Parts: sequence; structure tokens; C-alpha cells
Amino acid sequence: MASVAAPAEKKARRAPREHRRPSFWTIFWLIMAALYFLIPLYSTLQFSLETGQHSYGFKWYGQTFADPMFRTSFLFSLRLAVETVIIGLVLMVPTVYWVHLRLPQLRPLMDVVSILPFVVPPVALVVGLSGVFNVLPWMLSNSQILAFIYVILALPFTYRSLDAGMRAINVKTLTEAAQSVGAPGWKTLLFVILPNIRTAMLSGAFLTLAIVMGEYTISSLLLFNTFAVYMYYIGNTEAQPAAALAIISFTLTWGAMMGLFLLSRRRGRGSSPGVTAVSR
Amino acid sequence: MPEDRDTVSSVSLETVSPLEARAPALPDEPSGRSRRPRMSRRGVLTWAGVVPFLAYAAFFLLIPVVVLVFKTFTTANGGFTLENVRALASGQYRASFIASIQVSIISAIGGGLFGLFVAYAAVRGRGPRFIQPLLTTFCGVASNFAGIPLAFAFIATLGANGVVTVLLADVGLHIYSHGFTIFSLAGLSLTYIYFQLPLMILVIAPSLEGLRVEWREAAENLGATQSQYWWRIGLPVLLPSLAGAMVLLFGNAFSAYATPYALSGGGINLVPIQIGQVLSGDVVITNPRLGDSLAFGMICIVGVTVLAYALLQRRAARWLR
Repeated sequence: MASVAAPAEKKARRAPREHRRPSFWTIFWLIMAALYFLIPLYSTLQFSLETGQHSYGFKWYGQTFADPMFRTSFLFSLRLAVETVIIGLVLMVPTVYWVHLRLPQLRPLMDVVSILPFVVPPVALVVGLSGVFNVLPWMLSNSQILAFIYVILALPFTYRSLDAGMRAINVKTLTEAAQSVGAPGWKTLLFVILPNIRTAMLSGAFLTLAIVMGEYTISSLLLFNTFAVYMYYIGNTEAQPAAALAIISFTLTWGAMMGLFLLSRRRGRGSSPGVTAVSR
Repeated sequence: MPEDRDTVSSVSLETVSPLEARAPALPDEPSGRSRRPRMSRRGVLTWAGVVPFLAYAAFFLLIPVVVLVFKTFTTANGGFTLENVRALASGQYRASFIASIQVSIISAIGGGLFGLFVAYAAVRGRGPRFIQPLLTTFCGVASNFAGIPLAFAFIATLGANGVVTVLLADVGLHIYSHGFTIFSLAGLSLTYIYFQLPLMILVIAPSLEGLRVEWREAAENLGATQSQYWWRIGLPVLLPSLAGAMVLLFGNAFSAYATPYALSGGGINLVPIQIGQVLSGDVVITNPRLGDSLAFGMICIVGVTVLAYALLQRRAARWLR
């Protein structure tokens, strides 16, 4: 069905169409989308900048940044995000590599396992985990446990981007080439495979960062004071600093996604594997 | 069986001289009878490579689910019971499932149709070239911009003192005196669409790109009108991906916890909120296993949607590469 010539053909066909003007409905729907995306952001921004009846300024941002609880919770979430990325990569990179190299018949199983976190909503996962923690209460004594749980939340994205990254390179040939010059397995992985899937690893990391920095369900129900929990607490007490926090949070997500986007562009025609992780 | 004999004999051969048997195995293909057990030993090693991952997933994902399913169907004494599941069908729990399904359906269809039109406009709309990458990036941001900050953004927009609420009041439309609140079904759906719409665009855009220009031209050459083309060709080809995408949106909305919680301060009756209240001990309940059965009900519904999505995607792949 899908011939090799398809992309070139598509391009050739599209070219003359560029000259026609976009239709009314095209413009209409794009404007509707822009309005829907931007109005809440604009409202939040205006709300966060209002310092009086008709005066605007960065007062609420200043107050937020000066709050020691902001710093503590933000750094806590950031640390969790970094830990989640590291645990996730240490766990997943060798696994995905091994599956590609030796156990391709296991790919369907990996696909299913990696989609499971979508089947179990975070709030249901907490229910199940509390059942486990009732038996092993010491696990809850350290906040590190959150990072281990977040690895599961990020698993679909980490797996998809690593899988796509390994599919794009020829894992078998690279490994055989490395072995033919006498490299042991771990050296092959570290110095041959890793540099080649750097982009996939980074895009998985950016998505994980975005997820962890905003995660509320699990941390609040397990009683840890992450950034999102702090945000909710502020929202309950003061509205305008809360709006400032929402803007800060949005900027953060935006930064992570821009990183992802730039990565996918640098890679050429590769569509960013992470953003569309759900669709594939 | 010959296979068994082969194994047995070669095993005995190995036990006689293990070193000899092992020595030539490393570099190249082992030959002859000793091949089978060595392969299987290497096979065991090969499979061992995925054990850490599977163990991790089992501990943090599978065992918790098994535990909660087990607790759903047993009493505190360990006997089998259906009481916990039956409790879901009555009173506030039944109401929470109905409300959750309602808001999920509305936001899935609303966000789905909106997303379809926007994606089509971006993919096939002959707009400027920068539209598509811009939209993709923005969708990535917006679909991840959920939870607490999203709730704040919508409170700032459509809350009682929200910017849009005040703006509408200035032109004479007082939405709050017409029964609108940000945590009503309408307000909730409107907020959910903020993460539903971008997800829809990301999911459906590849399918729209798969609609071949040739099909449309062929239809036009045969004298088909615009609506005939859509009714007979476009829609049937798109239908599985469209349905699949909306099913995915349904599950996405159904799982949401942080957004409705922050919008209403936990005062809205949805399944995730109910679970949260059981977990945090906010409500006095007679049956502590209700949290497990609520979570079980949730997993069942979301599981069915993910399965339906996977099947529909496979069906869609028939026409769209």
C-alpha cells in the first residue's frame, strides 16, 4: 500500500495548492482554537499582574518567589523529576536495547505493559499502592518513593520515545560492529548505542519533567508537599499569587515542550516521538 | 519423545565434562548434540535481560492492581463477596459514575469535534506553512497543562470574578445568574476541553494526513459533490480513527482528578473525587474497601476504552498507513 515514493508525490501535489487562498472555515476554526487556547492564559496573566484597581505589576510574582515554601516545594519537585528521569532511563534503556537486539518477539508484550499506566488512572494506582504500603509501611517513610511511582506514570512516554529512537538506528548492525572490534556489551551500550539515541532520551526526559512538575494526584493523596500541592494550597488561600503560580507553571511546561520541539527539528524530518506518544 | 531424549543425553554429556562443553560455546555457533541445552541456557540469560523491567512494572503497577481487585472481592475476613461491587450501583456512588461518564462524554465529543475541525484546517486548509508546527508545539504544551494550574486559569477566566465573566456581564450577560458555575457540568466540560482539544489534534492529524488527495480527485472526476465525497469516502475511511480518538478522550477525561478537585475544592461528585475522599479519610465510611471497588470500577471503564481504542486503531490502519 504505502509506496516508497509516497512522500515525494505528496509534496509535488501539495505545491500548486499553496497558491489558493485558505477558505473561510479554515480561518474560522484556527481563530476559534487560538481564542480558546489564549483567552484563559490571557485572563490568568492579567489576574496575576493586577495589583490594585487599575494598577499592574509583578508584586505577586515577587511575593511568590520570596516565599520559602515555594522554593522548598519547587526544588523538591525538581529533584523528583530528575530522579524520575534517571531511574526511568537506567531501567528502560538497557531493557529496550535488549528487546530490540535479542528479544524482538517480546515487543508486543512491551507495548502492552507500556500502555498499562493509561489503563490504571493515577488515583486508582494510589488505591492499589496504599494496599501494598499497608503491608510495607517503611516504603512510605521516604519521599524518594514518589520518584519510583512517577517512573510508572512516565513509562508510556519514555518507552515510546526510546522505542522510536532505537527503531531509527540499526541496533543489530551497530552492536555487531562494536563487538567485532572487541567491545564488551556494556561498552557497546554506553559508547555506541547511547550517543545514537540521545535525542530520544532527551525527549522522554522533557516529557517526564513536564509530568512530574505538575503531578498532584499521587503526591497529595500520599501526603507529600510537591510543587502542585503547594500550588493548590496557595489557591485555597490567595487567588492572585495562585494565578502567578499558574503562569509560572505554564512557562515551565512551555519550556519543556519547546525543548522537545527543538530536538525534533534538529533531528530533521523526525516527528517528535514524545508529543504524539499517545497516538502511536 | 525424541526431544526429551536429546536433552537428557546432552545434559548428561555436559555433567561429565562441563568445561569442555562450555569452552567452544562463546564465539560462534555451537554444533552437534550439545547445541540444545546451550541455546536454552543462553535463552535463559537472554530472558533475564528483561527481568528488572518486568519486576519493576509488576511491583509498582501489577501487584497494586491485583491487590485492589482482591480487596474488592473479599471481606475483611478473607471471604468472597460481591457487596463492594454492589455498593457502586447505589446512592452517591452510582451518581458519581453517572456524572463522571456524562462529563467525559460531553468533553470527548465536544473536544473531539472541535479538534477534528481545527486539525483539518491545519492539515488541509492551505494556510501558511508555520501553522502546523506551531499548532503541534502548542498542543504539546496544552495537553500537558492540566491539573491545578489549568483549574486556576479557568477560575481566572470563568470564575465568579473571572475576566470573561466580568466582560460578559459588561455587555449584559450575567452567566452566573443563569445557573452557570465553573464546577457545573458545563463549566467542567469547558475546562476539560482545554486538554482534550490538543490531544485530539495530535491524535487525529496523522489520520487526516493519510486521506489521499487522489481519492478526492478520483471522486471529483467521477462527478461526486463535496458532500458525496465526505459521506461515501472521507467519513468511512476516517470513522475508525475518529471513534478511536474520541474513545481515548473519554478515558482521558474519566481519569482526571486534579482539575475537578481544584475547580470545586473537592465538592463535586465524580468517581476520582470520591476515591480521593475515601483515601484521605475526608468522609466517614462504613466500608473501608469502597475505595478499592471504586478504583476497580474505574479501571474497568478505562480499560474497556483503551482496548476499544487499540482495536479501532488497528481497524483504521487498514486504509491509513
